Amino acid sequence: MPIAENEVKWVTVPKAGLLEQLYLPAIFQGLQTTVRHATKTLFGGGAVTQQFPEVEPKLPPNYRGVHRLNRDEQGRVKCVACYMCSTACPAHCIDIVAAPSPWPDREKYPETFVIDELRCIYCGMCEQACPVDAIELTTLYDLSGFSREALMFDKEKLLSVFDETVKAGTDPIRTRSGRLSVASELPADTGLTSSSSAQS
Amino acid sequence: MELGFSFWITLLFIAIMMGVLQGTCAYLILAERKISAWAQDRLGPNRVGPWGLLQPIADGIKFLLKEDIIPNHVDKLFYLLAPCITVGTALLAFAVVPFGPTTPPPVLVDYRQNPPQTAWPQTIEEEKAILDADHKHAEQTNDKTYEEKLKEYNDTIQFVIAPHVDIGIVFNFAIGSLAVYGVLLGGWSSNDKYSMLGGLRSSAQLISYEIPMGLSVLGVLAVTGSLNLETIIDYQVKHGWNVLYQPLAALLFITSVFAECNRLPFDLPEAEQELVGGYHTEYSAMKFALFFLGEYTHMITTSFLVAIMFFGGWQLLPGIAMPDGVGGAILKLIVFAIKMALFIIFFMLIRWTLPRFRFDQLMGLSWKVLLPLALVNVVCVIVIKQLHLSDWLLLPLSIATLFIVAGFALYMPQQRPRAPVRVAGHVASGLPAVLHDEAVID
Repeated sequence: MPIAENEVKWVTVPKAGLLEQLYLPAIFQGLQTTVRHATKTLFGGGAVTQQFPEVEPKLPPNYRGVHRLNRDEQGRVKCVACYMCSTACPAHCIDIVAAPSPWPDREKYPETFVIDELRCIYCGMCEQACPVDAIELTTLYDLSGFSREALMFDKEKLLSVFDETVKAGTDPIRTRSGRLSVASELPADTGLTSSSSAQS
Repeated sequence: MELGFSFWITLLFIAIMMGVLQGTCAYLILAERKISAWAQDRLGPNRVGPWGLLQPIADGIKFLLKEDIIPNHVDKLFYLLAPCITVGTALLAFAVVPFGPTTPPPVLVDYRQNPPQTAWPQTIEEEKAILDADHKHAEQTNDKTYEEKLKEYNDTIQFVIAPHVDIGIVFNFAIGSLAVYGVLLGGWSSNDKYSMLGGLRSSAQLISYEIPMGLSVLGVLAVTGSLNLETIIDYQVKHGWNVLYQPLAALLFITSVFAECNRLPFDLPEAEQELVGGYHTEYSAMKFALFFLGEYTHMITTSFLVAIMFFGGWQLLPGIAMPDGVGGAILKLIVFAIKMALFIIFFMLIRWTLPRFRFDQLMGLSWKVLLPLALVNVVCVIVIKQLHLSDWLLLPLSIATLFIVAGFALYMPQQRPRAPVRVAGHVASGLPAVLHDEAVID
């Protein structure tokens, strides 16, 4: 929609005075700002710098770092191997092999669950796609390894990330940990949760 | 007069030049980084040594050990020559600049004339006659002869690498301007567009700003009556600092110095955002470091020059007598160093205060503002000296000039650069604009 004529406010550039035309007062004002910042940083401890290796940054809980695979309250992996995350993944870095679940409350579980952390772009689409809140991105950011293979995180590694972050109290903000969500809490009498249908 | 050559003294001076000056440059780079950081609410380099004080040494080692790349497409001779010229001229220009206590060299006076005048003997016979007259005058007045004064001058330690250079400031400007060759050669021989543009900008800028710089100093020289920097300091010690008489000239000089040193807001030759690295885009390792050293040596030299020309050299405050002797010498050295450091800190603070000029604004400032102001200043000084009026009249005249020019600029019709207006009829859509002359339909 074009802007209406009566909404347009015309502003004329104010004419510079004699003192402003010298440019010196403005330069002096600018210098004052610079000096104020410099002295505040130097003497007042006003620096915003974080001394990284000594002082760890406090990251917001919605930070997208290394993945974790959540456990339910019984300590089992929450994942139901639905492939939603690996389908949503734009970098194709999630590799899941599903197997019939050994537990009666779900059909499948991941036999292997491997994320290539080097290939991942940390977009967070996997955790958005996950129907059971099994995969989440944590605030761990200092990821390093000596080989590419070392950064292919398997199921055990991802579960250990969960244990670590829970112990450190740095759960992601999205967590509803300890409770499987709707998809995995279907009533038992629908027949869908039995192991027989999973094998078909 | 005989020129003595002492191997050890020469070696000492070389040590001063290379060691102290380069060391200072290295630490100036640290200071630059620290001040940049503080002005931006950061801490700056603080990992190498306490407060990052060993950072320059780490930098130096890095520069020396890095792979020295000479690209295939460069003109090798000039490519290698450019950093040498930059550093060489910067070091050479420092030779005449006093950095500590100095005494003015004796002046040969022709007593045959009445009143006696400063003598510039053209022939050996004339010099002999003048010296004879000088001896006679010395006998009559019980004064020292010129030779005795000269010997006394030569025997006192002068804190200049080359004392008694009577063309002092001209030598400094002449050699200092040669630095543009380093920049230009570096830009041209690198054989790529960024370097070329940087070099071209630099040459235009440096040549433009030489003029207001020289003209602003001319007023000081007319008052002092000497080009020798030691004499200029001595004059200010006796008569008060030049900045009190000619604040306008000081302002012009400092502004031009910013441009001469390629400092922001005039750092167009190496504007990172526009030209990658400017004229030193293709340089790496020690050759790049040499450009840096040359630049910072230039900064030290010009900071000393500002202190010498306008701020009384080694004098603490105008009108304060400085003590003689060893203690006085140390005090003068410290005062001088502090003045130099203050100007360099000023340079660095201005860097984080003012944005970069556009190129046409840069040229406009030099040719349309600084040059006329400097000319008016010179004319004022000449009129005052010719009419034998008090030098103090220069102070109100300077300030009045500044305000009058500012007022004049206010009421000048503003001419801003505009986009060129194309007179074209109906242009077929989809054709590039350049083709419109041929592509006009109907």
